[in-house]
Amino acid sequence: MTPFNYSRADDAEQALALGSAPGAKFLGGGTNLVDLMRETVERPTALVDVTGLAEMIEEREDGSLLIGAGVRNSALAAHPAVRTRYPVLSRAILAGASAQIRNMATVGGNLLQRTRCTYFYDNEGARCNKRTPGQGCDAIDGFNRIHAILGASDACVATHPSDMCVALTALDAVVHISCTGGTRSVGLNDFHRLPGARPDIETVLEPGDLITAVELPASPIAAHSSYRKVRDRASYAFALVSVGAALEIEGGIVKDVRLALGGVAHKPWRALKAETLLKGGPANATAFRAAAEAELADAKALNDNGFKIELAARTITAVLSELAGAEV
Amino acid sequence: MPIQVNGSMVSIPDDPRMSLLDMLREHLHLTGTKVGCNQGACGACTVLVDGERIVSCLALAVQYEGRAITTVEGLSGGNNGDLHPLQAAFIEHDGFQCGYCTPGQICSAIGMAGEIARGIPSHVTEDVAAETIVLSRAEFQERMSGNLCRCGAHNGIIDAISEVYGSAHAAQDDAGLVKEIAQ
Repeated sequence: MTPFNYSRADDAEQALALGSAPGAKFLGGGTNLVDLMRETVERPTALVDVTGLAEMIEEREDGSLLIGAGVRNSALAAHPAVRTRYPVLSRAILAGASAQIRNMATVGGNLLQRTRCTYFYDNEGARCNKRTPGQGCDAIDGFNRIHAILGASDACVATHPSDMCVALTALDAVVHISCTGGTRSVGLNDFHRLPGARPDIETVLEPGDLITAVELPASPIAAHSSYRKVRDRASYAFALVSVGAALEIEGGIVKDVRLALGGVAHKPWRALKAETLLKGGPANATAFRAAAEAELADAKALNDNGFKIELAARTITAVLSELAGAEV
Repeated sequence: MPIQVNGSMVSIPDDPRMSLLDMLREHLHLTGTKVGCNQGACGACTVLVDGERIVSCLALAVQYEGRAITTVEGLSGGNNGDLHPLQAAFIEHDGFQCGYCTPGQICSAIGMAGEIARGIPSHVTEDVAAETIVLSRAEFQERMSGNLCRCGAHNGIIDAISEVYGSAHAAQDDAGLVKEIAQ
């Protein structure tokens, strides 16, 4: 690990001032950043600890939920309002990592989790455009069983590892951001980028920007939601494919639906094509399968990950069918 | 502000790169907490911070200023005849072979018991909105999945945990409803 200065911010203003130094990074629970620093993939010259800031979950009168960026993953999953009104979010978080890591990791840090592509981690032995722009990508012709099937580029086929973010994008969450010039907010679906020619740029954050909160809008449909994660072992593994969904049915017809995929792309993948097809159509397995296939029509397989296309179609169909069954 | 470790005040290390794990082992010579993967994947380094379990390998010690750390050495009072009930149950149920993962397993299980008592659901909890957790062997297995045992003593580990935190049936009853802990 390369040397760095450590400081703890007392408030957002101080954090922004400290975070504006070149080479500085904000530190949450450290579960990803410390690991990457040990591998010398990340080499910040200063760490600004923001874990003491924004640890509240505010239930607002309009029915929305404002989640401080410093809230621990475990606290968010356990919050009564999340468990009852946004179960897809509780389930997604509980499907991720281990209890120990969920106790450490923050909401802001989870949004900025970096890929678990093994070539990205292999600083000494592999080429990676995400780690070293322009270097090339050893994953594209390497072992790429865990890699992306949607939205990848010639420069990068890595996937976003978060479960929480899949639920957040399905829930139309909004990221609140502070910078020295003021504040702004960005929808979760627009927060992460596809790799294109610059896979090293993963979000729309500018240097020095601080995530302060994530807002969950009031959403009656969210109460009827679920998350399914398919992985190589029953617990504590990253997703091969995951599906977060919410479904509202009226008279056998899909009145409203939210659908997002994890483990398939450089960002949490909101399945807007499938949602459009499903709305107003019959709530049955045939329609769910057709919508899944439409969403996956542009999916591209690498050498080892072709199975993910069919796996994603089946998982979408299963999750929606389960939600439909529970509703009828 | 110092860090409290097993009741003793300890000053934070000068080098911010030092992990909580290295501080415990190399500075304080509390070698009960083990180095496994050093990347958060195995749980051998699990300790309790203000009663909550974390992996100390991914924790920078400086971040834990003012917090109270409990390691396996802090559980028994330092006297072999005075084991924590879970330590005794691990012996009784052969919850280990080589013993390397055991301190992490035990600290993790104690943290887990607190989570269950607070009504926190897990990935296998059928109804995440329910206020009480219905304990089962599957619940313990899922909640302990962050602690690996390469000797494969997991069945004994779950038996030991079931004895202390579940009911006697938990050891045999795979799917059954074993015990409800009120929130």
